[in-house]
Amino acid sequence: MIKNISNLGDAALYCDFGKNINKETNSYVIKYFDKIKQLKIENINNIIPSYNKLIISYDLNRINYKELKDLIEKIQIDQTDSEKKNILEIPICCEEPYSLDFNRLETKLKLSKKQILQNFLNKKYFCYMTGFIAGMPFLGDLNENMRTNRLETPRVKVPKGSIGITEQFANIYTFESPGGWNIIGNTPKKVFDNFNEDKPNLINPGDTVIFKEITKDEYLNYEQ
Amino acid sequence: MSNNYFKVIRSGINSTFQDKGRSNLYHLGIPFSGAMDNRNYLLANKLVKNDLNHPALEFAYQGPLLKYIGEKINIVITGDVSFTIKSKISEINGNCYETYEINDGDEIDILSTNKSVYGYLSFSGKFDVSYQWGSCSTNTKSHIGANNGKKLFDNQIIKISEINKDFTQKKINYFNSKIEKIRVIKGTNFDYFSEIAISNFFKKEFKVSKLSDRMGMRLEGVNLENINNSNIKSEGLIKGVIQVPGDGNPIIMLSDHGTIGGYPKIAVIISADYDRIVQFPSGSKIKFQQVELSDAETLFKMYEMETQNLLNQI
Repeated sequence: MIKNISNLGDAALYCDFGKNINKETNSYVIKYFDKIKQLKIENINNIIPSYNKLIISYDLNRINYKELKDLIEKIQIDQTDSEKKNILEIPICCEEPYSLDFNRLETKLKLSKKQILQNFLNKKYFCYMTGFIAGMPFLGDLNENMRTNRLETPRVKVPKGSIGITEQFANIYTFESPGGWNIIGNTPKKVFDNFNEDKPNLINPGDTVIFKEITKDEYLNYEQ
Repeated sequence: MSNNYFKVIRSGINSTFQDKGRSNLYHLGIPFSGAMDNRNYLLANKLVKNDLNHPALEFAYQGPLLKYIGEKINIVITGDVSFTIKSKISEINGNCYETYEINDGDEIDILSTNKSVYGYLSFSGKFDVSYQWGSCSTNTKSHIGANNGKKLFDNQIIKISEINKDFTQKKINYFNSKIEKIRVIKGTNFDYFSEIAISNFFKKEFKVSKLSDRMGMRLEGVNLENINNSNIKSEGLIKGVIQVPGDGNPIIMLSDHGTIGGYPKIAVIISADYDRIVQFPSGSKIKFQQVELSDAETLFKMYEMETQNLLNQI
């Protein structure tokens, strides 16, 4: 539930769902997100869900902080609201040249490549949010022994399709982009389709993701 | 479809098609984009009698050199821009906010913006551009919008889909006002910073770094000391947010910004000052001033009223 609402600048509400980052907190964020969309409240420009926050930006020409805050505070979330979310299988190739940071991860995590892969692949991931760049999913949670920091010096260019890990999270770079996550592999699957305006993102908040290892041959011959 | 077009002889530094931008897509990772300086964008369209949401050509610093091929049109350039118009018989230095007739073979050479960053070119008609999610705004990072999501490139053709022939020359006297201080509201992580950092934030000048673009403006100056944590759990961003990463140098989120970020937010620029902050060129100095939410709301109303009055004059 929303613990506190404050303002982020003069044209956005900052809804805080508490300090804990877990599936339960995030599922409330997503419930609010879905509900607000469904209510089609006028003059909202954007609703941005993340782990434990919901930011709602609005058209300051037509509504102000106090008016929108009142509307949001009145919203009731039905505890049984169960959204239909998907389970998705994402192919990943962890061979050269796609697994950019295995050496670093072996040292940092004190695990062998085989153990790292096993840990990574034997896990179901929950999509907390999408963003930063178009379609990038933020997935969690990695096992405790798989958690490490970002690169000390971020890469200027992370290749498109790269799958990275940092802290308790994994992500997929939907475009070539600067970035500091530890890259363990790459997916040939199209995760963001800018020509599909109705559903550009393959993975959406609340979805479950499973990674399936493929060989370099399978990667190169992959058909969408 | 008409056979009229511009040929891009020189594309300029960062020339893109922009309109009012696209909303309700942040949750997918797609930011607003749209014209950086909304007022100058609107004035450009109004001066050539276009719908206010028509695509305009936005340029930064050095703009494009365009050769026009086709039947007569009228153009206007807004902002603070030096440009020339070359025809078969003459070459003139153009004035911003004044419309000019352009004929087959004429060239528009947008030399530079003056002590500012962005300018706009509109003409009496419509560029033939593609739309995504209801907007033509080009977002080069996600390859979305007009021109296949790319900035203009040398030797390309810009097609024109329609020309409005019902036209009278227009001109307004307008000077882009400079403000001494950019006004901000406290950010959600204001208390992550030391008292000295806060005091410096409002007292010292910050220099706009060369590493600034449509996504963000990086500032250099006194490093702002974080006494709590230089990372937060990633969360949504909006334009105007000032994030401070571990190195203590603030970054202002601009129209093409990443939709999620993990650095503490020290402050947010008020909506009334957004059109002006984007116009600070690299190397110039910025000072911040704190205001309350209610002041920001009033200042925005006044700014919008001023914009409407300008539009109504045309």
